[in-house]
Amino acid sequence: MKRLALAAALVLLATVPLWIGGTYYVNIASQILFYAIFALGVNVLAGYAGLVSLGHAGLFGIAAYSGARIMNDGYNQLVVASGALGVTLLISVIFAVLALRGTGLGFVMITVALGQIVWGVAYRWISITNGDNGIAIRGRPSPLGLSLASPAGFYWATLVVFLLAVGSMAVFVASPFGASVRGTRDQPRRMNALGYHVWMIRFISFLFSGFWSGVAGLLYLYYNQFVSPQAVALTASAEALLMVIAGGTATLLGPIAGAALVVIVKNVASAYIERWNFVLGAIFVVIVVFMPEGLVPGTVRRWRRAVAALRPRVTAAG
Amino acid sequence: MNLWVVLAVNSITLGGLLFLLSAGFSLIFGLMKIPNLTHGSFFMLGAYLATSLIAHGFDFWTAAILGGLLVAALGGVVERLILRRLIGAELAQVLVTLGLSFMIADVCLLVWTGDPIRIATPPALRGATSVMGLGFPTYRLAISLIAVVFAVVLWALLDRTRLGAMIRAGVDDPAMARVVGIRVSRLFTIVFCLGAWLAGFAGVIGGPILSVYPGLDQEMLPLALVVVILGGSGSLVGSLVGSFVVGFLYNFGQAMFPELAYVVLFLPMLVVLVVRPQGLFGRQTA
Repeated sequence: MKRLALAAALVLLATVPLWIGGTYYVNIASQILFYAIFALGVNVLAGYAGLVSLGHAGLFGIAAYSGARIMNDGYNQLVVASGALGVTLLISVIFAVLALRGTGLGFVMITVALGQIVWGVAYRWISITNGDNGIAIRGRPSPLGLSLASPAGFYWATLVVFLLAVGSMAVFVASPFGASVRGTRDQPRRMNALGYHVWMIRFISFLFSGFWSGVAGLLYLYYNQFVSPQAVALTASAEALLMVIAGGTATLLGPIAGAALVVIVKNVASAYIERWNFVLGAIFVVIVVFMPEGLVPGTVRRWRRAVAALRPRVTAAG
Repeated sequence: MNLWVVLAVNSITLGGLLFLLSAGFSLIFGLMKIPNLTHGSFFMLGAYLATSLIAHGFDFWTAAILGGLLVAALGGVVERLILRRLIGAELAQVLVTLGLSFMIADVCLLVWTGDPIRIATPPALRGATSVMGLGFPTYRLAISLIAVVFAVVLWALLDRTRLGAMIRAGVDDPAMARVVGIRVSRLFTIVFCLGAWLAGFAGVIGGPILSVYPGLDQEMLPLALVVVILGGSGSLVGSLVGSFVVGFLYNFGQAMFPELAYVVLFLPMLVVLVVRPQGLFGRQTA
C-alpha cells in the first residue's frame, strides 16, 4: 500500500510538465521543488536537532552568489557547482562554530546576526556582489549535454536533485546518526552522559543542513539566472522557517508541503490578492497558534481522530 | 576635524533613539524571554501613525505620545490575545512575532503607500545651537537629551518603585516571584505595553531624522538585536551602553568602511557572543 502510494507519487511528479498545462505552472512546480530542498535542509536543524536558524538564507544566498561569481569568471559548470557548494560548506563551518555557542534563543539570535552580516555584505560590498543590482548569469548549465533552458528540462533536473535530497533525508532520519541527533534535541545532558559528543553531532547536522541549503541556492540561481540581496534577507530566512513550521517540523513530508504552500501563496495568490505578504504573515500566526505541530502532522492527527470517532458508529450500525 | 564632530553627534543621536527602542526590547526579552521581532514594526508603526495624527492637526509632541499609546494598545492586544496563549513555547512566540511583523509591514504599505514620509521637525527645535563655538543641529541635541531623561526615568521606575521591584523580581526568578504573590502575567502585559510605547515613541521622534518608509522596521530590528546582545538582556545599563556603542559603530563604520558598514556593526556582537554570551552587562543565568 505504502509502496504503491510512493510509486504513484513518483509517476505524478515525473509527469508534471505533461499534464499541468502551461509553462507558468511548470515553473511554479520547479520553484516548489527547490524551495522544498531548502526547507528540508532547514528542517534538519529546526526539526531534528531542535536548533532554529533564522540565518539560513545566508547559506542559500552564499551558494547563489559564489555560483554566479565563478560562472561569470568563465569556469565550466562542474567547477561552478562544486565551487559554490564548497564555499557554502566552508561558510557553514564558520556559521556552525559561532552559532553552536548557544542553543535555544541564543542560537536564534546568533543566526539572525550571521544572516544579517551576509545580507550586509551582499548589499554593501559592491565590488564583490554588485550591491542592490545583483549579479546576473548568462544562462542555465547543460549537464551531460542535456539543456535546462526549457521549463520542463529544468523541472526534471530539479526533480532529480529533489529526489536525491529526499532520499538522503530518509537515510539520515532512519540512521543511528539521525537517532542521535534527535537525542541531542530531546535530552542533550543524557546524550552527553551516554558518551555522545553532543557538539559534534550538532556540528555535523549543521553542515548537512548547510549543504542542502546551498544546493537549493544554486538551483535558485539557475532558475532565476540572477541573484540579489533580496535572496539573503531576513524575510527569506523567515520564509524558509515558515515552510518547515507550516508543514510540520521533524517530518519528511512536512517541509515539502510547507514549501508548496508558501510558493503557491506567493505566486498564485498574489495574482488575485495584492496583499499576499499579509496573507503569509496571517498563515504564520494562525498555524503557530492553532496547529503548532504543523499542517501535515496536524491534519494526520485530526484525520485519525475523525476516523476513530466514526468507527464505533459504523460497527454499531452494522 | 569637523567631520568627526558631526559623525559623533549623529552617533549620539542614533544611540539615543536606539536606547528608546532597545530598552523596551531588552525588558521584554529579560522578563518574558521573547525576542520580540515586531519591535521594529512598532517603531515604524508609531512613526506612520504620527504622520497621520500630525496631518489631522495634532502638534508634534502630542502626536508622538498618542502614536506611542496607539502602538502600546496594539502591543497589549497582541500580548493578551496571542502571546498569552503560547506561554512557555518560546519558539512559537518568536515565530508569531515574526508573522505579525509581516502583517504590520503590509498594512503600513497599504495605508501609507511606499513613498518615504518625512515628519517635520518641531518648529521650536529647528536650526542650530552653538556649543563651545561649534554649531550643532538643535533637534539632534534634543533627542540625546530625551534619551537621557528616559534613561533616568526608566532607571528610577525599575530601581525605586514597587512596580520596578516586581519587574526585577520577575526577570530574576519568575517562579519564585509568583510564589511570593506577584502577578507575573500582569507584569508581562505592563512591560510589553511599555516596550511597545517606547518603540512607537522612538519611531516618531526619529521621524524628522530618518523619515518613515517601508523597510524601516527591518532596518531597526537588527540594530535593537545587536544592542541587546551587546548589552545583555534585561539590563538597562547594558541597553544604554550598547545603544551608544552601536550608534558610533554604525555611523563611523558607514563613513570609514562604507562597503563593510554592516560587518563593522555585527562583528563586535559576534565577538561578545563568543567571549561573553550573556552580554557585557548581563548576568550569568543557570
